[in-house]
Amino acid sequence: MENIRNFSIIAHIDHGKSTLADRLIQRTGVCDMRTFKDQMLDTMDIERERGITIKSQAISLPYQARDGRTYTLNLIDTPGHVDFSYEVSRSLASCEGVLLLIDAAQGVQAQTLANLYLALEHDLEIIPVINKIDLPSADVDRVIGQIDAELGLDPDTHLKCSAKEGTGIDDILEAIVERVPPPKGVPRSPLAALIFDAQYDSFRGTVIHCRVFDGTVKASDTIRFMFNDSVYRVEEVGHFGLSRMKRDQLSAGEVGYIIAGVKTVSSVSIGDTITLDEKPCDKPLPGFKEVKPVVFASIYPIASDDYEDVAEAVEKYKLNDAAFIYEKDSSVALGQGFRCGFLGLLHLDIVQERLEREYDLSIILSVPSVRYRFILKDGTELFVDNPAHYPSPMTIAEAEEPYIRASMMMPDKYLGPVMSLCIEKRGVNSNMHYTSPGRVELTYEMPLSEVIFDFYDRFKSMTQGYGSFDYDLIDYRPSNLVLLDILVNGEKVDALSQIVHRDRARARGVQACDRLKDEIPRQMYKIAIQGAIGGEIISRSTISAFRKDVTAKCYGGDITRKRKLLEKQKKGKKRMKMIGSVSIPQSAFLAVLKSDTDS
Amino acid sequence: MTARETTTAGLYLHIPFCKTRCAYCDFFSVTDTDLIDAFVRALLREMVAYSEEFREFDTVYIGGGTPSLLSLRQVEMILERVHRVFSILPGAEVTMEINPADWGREHLSMARELGINRISIGVQSFDDRELSLLGRRHSRKQAVRTLKDAAAAGFDNLSLDLMYGLPGQSCHQWEASLVQALDFGPTHLSCYELEIKGLTPLGRRIERGELPLRTEDDQRAFFMRTSEFLEDSGFVHYEISNFAKGMDRASRHNQKYWDHTPYLGIGPSAHSFREVRRWWNHASVTAYVRDLDAGKRPVSGMEELSTEQLVLEALFLGLRTKGGIDLGRFRCRYGCNLMEEKGPELEELCRAGLIEIEGEIIRPTRSGMAVADSLALL
Repeated sequence: MENIRNFSIIAHIDHGKSTLADRLIQRTGVCDMRTFKDQMLDTMDIERERGITIKSQAISLPYQARDGRTYTLNLIDTPGHVDFSYEVSRSLASCEGVLLLIDAAQGVQAQTLANLYLALEHDLEIIPVINKIDLPSADVDRVIGQIDAELGLDPDTHLKCSAKEGTGIDDILEAIVERVPPPKGVPRSPLAALIFDAQYDSFRGTVIHCRVFDGTVKASDTIRFMFNDSVYRVEEVGHFGLSRMKRDQLSAGEVGYIIAGVKTVSSVSIGDTITLDEKPCDKPLPGFKEVKPVVFASIYPIASDDYEDVAEAVEKYKLNDAAFIYEKDSSVALGQGFRCGFLGLLHLDIVQERLEREYDLSIILSVPSVRYRFILKDGTELFVDNPAHYPSPMTIAEAEEPYIRASMMMPDKYLGPVMSLCIEKRGVNSNMHYTSPGRVELTYEMPLSEVIFDFYDRFKSMTQGYGSFDYDLIDYRPSNLVLLDILVNGEKVDALSQIVHRDRARARGVQACDRLKDEIPRQMYKIAIQGAIGGEIISRSTISAFRKDVTAKCYGGDITRKRKLLEKQKKGKKRMKMIGSVSIPQSAFLAVLKSDTDS
Repeated sequence: MTARETTTAGLYLHIPFCKTRCAYCDFFSVTDTDLIDAFVRALLREMVAYSEEFREFDTVYIGGGTPSLLSLRQVEMILERVHRVFSILPGAEVTMEINPADWGREHLSMARELGINRISIGVQSFDDRELSLLGRRHSRKQAVRTLKDAAAAGFDNLSLDLMYGLPGQSCHQWEASLVQALDFGPTHLSCYELEIKGLTPLGRRIERGELPLRTEDDQRAFFMRTSEFLEDSGFVHYEISNFAKGMDRASRHNQKYWDHTPYLGIGPSAHSFREVRRWWNHASVTAYVRDLDAGKRPVSGMEELSTEQLVLEALFLGLRTKGGIDLGRFRCRYGCNLMEEKGPELEELCRAGLIEIEGEIIRPTRSGMAVADSLALL
C-alpha cells in the first residue's frame, strides 16, 4: 500500500487535462509511441472532438521514482463538465490527491474553483500545476498570484509544465509520489469499496470501476451493493492498464475493476459501496447520492417508421449511461417516442449526438423542460417534467420550480451585461466579489429553466469566451407558472407545449409563432399559428395559402410525368409531420427549440 | 353535368413535325420535313400492328406537332387506314389540329369531306406582337381568315387554342383577345397559361432578365378571370384549361385521358393506355420508322400501374375536371373508399372552399382548380 498513489487531474474545461494524462501515460511507458493515440483516455470520438471527457476512465501507471522504488500511480480521470459534478465527486472520493491544472494564459476559471472546492471537501492533497507555459500569452506570474489570492493555496507548491511539449512531466510524477499520501486502509477488515464508474462491455456485462478502502475482493466472492441491496458473484477482478489486466484480488488502497455478471450499468449506482455479502462492513462509505436527471425532453424519430430503430438505440445507449433515463412517450403530433431525463443540457446534447452518430438515426427533440413541483388543492404533491402532464390549472394550489446557484467568473469589464442577462433570467440574491484586481466572481440564484433556455450561449458570447460558469441545484421556489400551447389551425401541437413563467409566456409565444411561420411552407389553405395559455390566445401569425400551382396541360404522356412528380412530392410530405391537415417539416420543430440568439 | 360515361377507346395520331419551333415549346417535335413520307408509311403500318388489341374507337384525334403540315392526300391515306383497320363508331368525334398559316378554305372543306368533324385551331393570340413573342409563324390576319374559312367550310364544332399570362401581357389585353375569339362563335376554347420552360428560347430570355416572370398572384388572377369571363359567356369550365359551350361540346377525346378510359396513341412519342398499362413510343422519328420497318412495335417504354398509382392518378385527374370524382365509381374501380380514408382531409378542403361535395360527387371549385396539382396530395 505504501507504493500506491491514487490521484486525479482536475481542471477547467480546455485547460489541458487530457493532454497531461496522455503525457503521464507515455512517460511511464504503459504504451509505446506506436500504439499511442492522442488523448488515450478520451476513448469516444465525440470526447476527442469536443475536447471534453464525458465518462471517467482510470489507468494504473507503473513508475520508477528517483528514490529507486517502483510505485503504482492510479490516475482516475474525471468528467470535465458541470453536468457531471457528482461523478467528479465520486472519482475524487477515490483519491488521496489531485493535480489542479491551470491554463497559464487563462488562469483560474469557474470550474477551477468548483473543482478545488470539491477536492478540499475530500481533504485531498492539492498540487497546483500551471500548464501551457509554452504559449506566447502565458502569464505564469499572474497565475501564481491567483493560486495565492483566489485559490488560497501556497503558491510555492506549484509546478510548471507544458503537456503539449512534454516539459515538466517528470517533476509532476515525482510530486505525486512525494506529496500525495499513500492510501490508508486495512486489508483484513470487511470489504468496503467505492464505485466511481461503471461501463458496459458487450461480452462481460457491466465492468465496475472501484476503489477499495478496506478489505479484499477476489473472484468467486459474493458481493453486495449496499444502496441497491443486490448480490452478485464476482467473476473477475483486475487493474487498469490500457486494457483490463486480470489479478487474483483487489485489496485495500487499490483501484481496479470487478466483473460480477451485472447485466446493465443501471443496476449499479455510482457512489454505492461494495461489501462482502457474508461479512459486510458496518456502514457504507460516505457521500452517496442518487443521481437524478434535471432536464427532460422527448425524443422522436423523424420518420415514424424508424421508431423501432430509435427504441433499440436508446436501449443500447442506456447500457452505458446510468445517468440517462427514458420511458415511452407518445405525442399526438410526433407519434411514438421517448421521454428522457438528462443531467443537464450538455448531457442532452451528447446523448442526442451519440444517438444520431453511433446509431445513424435522425431524431428530433421536444422543448427541454425542468421538473416542476405542484401542490394540488387536495394536498397531493406532483412533479411534472412533461408539459403533457401539466395539471389542470383549477387544481393547482402552489407551483414551484427548481433554482440553482450560478457561479460565474469573468474579467470585470463584462460585469454589466452579464448582470443584465442574469436579471433578465430572473436571477436574484446576487453576490459579487473581486477575486483579484480586474476579475470578479458573480453568483446569482436563478431558475434552472432559464439557464437551460439559451443562457449559456449568450453568456459565452457576452464575455467573449473569458467568462466561466458553474452551477449547483439549491431548492424549489414558488413560481407563477403557465402552460404555453402552440396551435396550428386550432390544433394543439403537443410537442411544442412548454411550461413557462407567466412573465415569459408572451415572448416565447411570439417567438414560436414567428419561427413556425418562417419554416412551414405555404399550403393550400391559410394556416393560423397561435400561442395560447388555457383558452387565451397570446400570440399569432398567419401563413397565407398558395393560390395557383396547377399545370396547364395534362394529356396522354403528361400523365405519367405528372404522376411521378406527385409521387415525389408525396414522399416529401411523408417526411413532414401532419398536424391536422397541415404538413410541418422537421426544420420547423427544430427552429422553435433553438435559443433566442440563434436567429 | 357529369363527364360522358364511355368505355370505348380513343385513337390518337401524333404528327410530330413543325416548320419552326415556337419559343415556348419543349415538346417533342421535328423540323426536318423530309422525313414526312417515311413517317406516314410507318404510321400506317403501326395501326395494323394494333388491329387485334384495339377494335373500335369513338374518337379520333390527329394532333401534333403540326398536323396541317401533312398534305390532304396524306391525311386521306391516314384516315382511310384508320377506317380499314379499326371500326370507327357512328357519330365519332374526329378532331384535327391545324395551324392558321397552313390551311385555306379549300383544304378545310376537303378535310370535312374526309370525315373530320372537329377542328382545333392553334390561334394562341389575336395580337401580332404577342404572336411574334411566342415565335408563332402565323399572323393575326391569318388566324382571323382561317376561323372564317372553317366556319364557311361547315365546321360547327370549332375549338381555339389561346395562351395567356404572356410576359408583359395585362389581364385587360387578355380579355380583349377572348372577346375577339368569341366573335367567331367557337364551341370550345382551350386556354393555356403560358408555362415557362427553362430550355426554351422564351425561358432563356426570362432567365437573362430580358422578360419579366409572372408572380403567383398574377397567374391566379389570369386563371380566375378567364374562368369567370368564359363562364359568364356561357361556357362550361370543364377542365383546368378547357371550356365548352355545353358539355356536349367538350372534347370527348381528351376526357378519356382524365378518367382512365383506354386510348391508343399512334406515332412517335405517343402514349397509350389500357387497363393498368401505359406504354409509349420512341420520341424519335428515325427510331420509330426503323422499328416499324423491322416489323416491330416502336415502343420505347411501358409501365404497369399499381392500385396506389391508379388511385393517385384518378385523384389528380379527377380533380382537374368539373365532373370531379364519383365516389361510387371510384370505390368500384379502385377499391378505395375515399370518404373513409380521407374524410377529414376532404372536409378541410371543403371548408377552405377548394372542393364541393354533393352527394357522391367531389368536384373542385374555381379556386380549387387553381391549385389542383396539390389537391391530389391530400
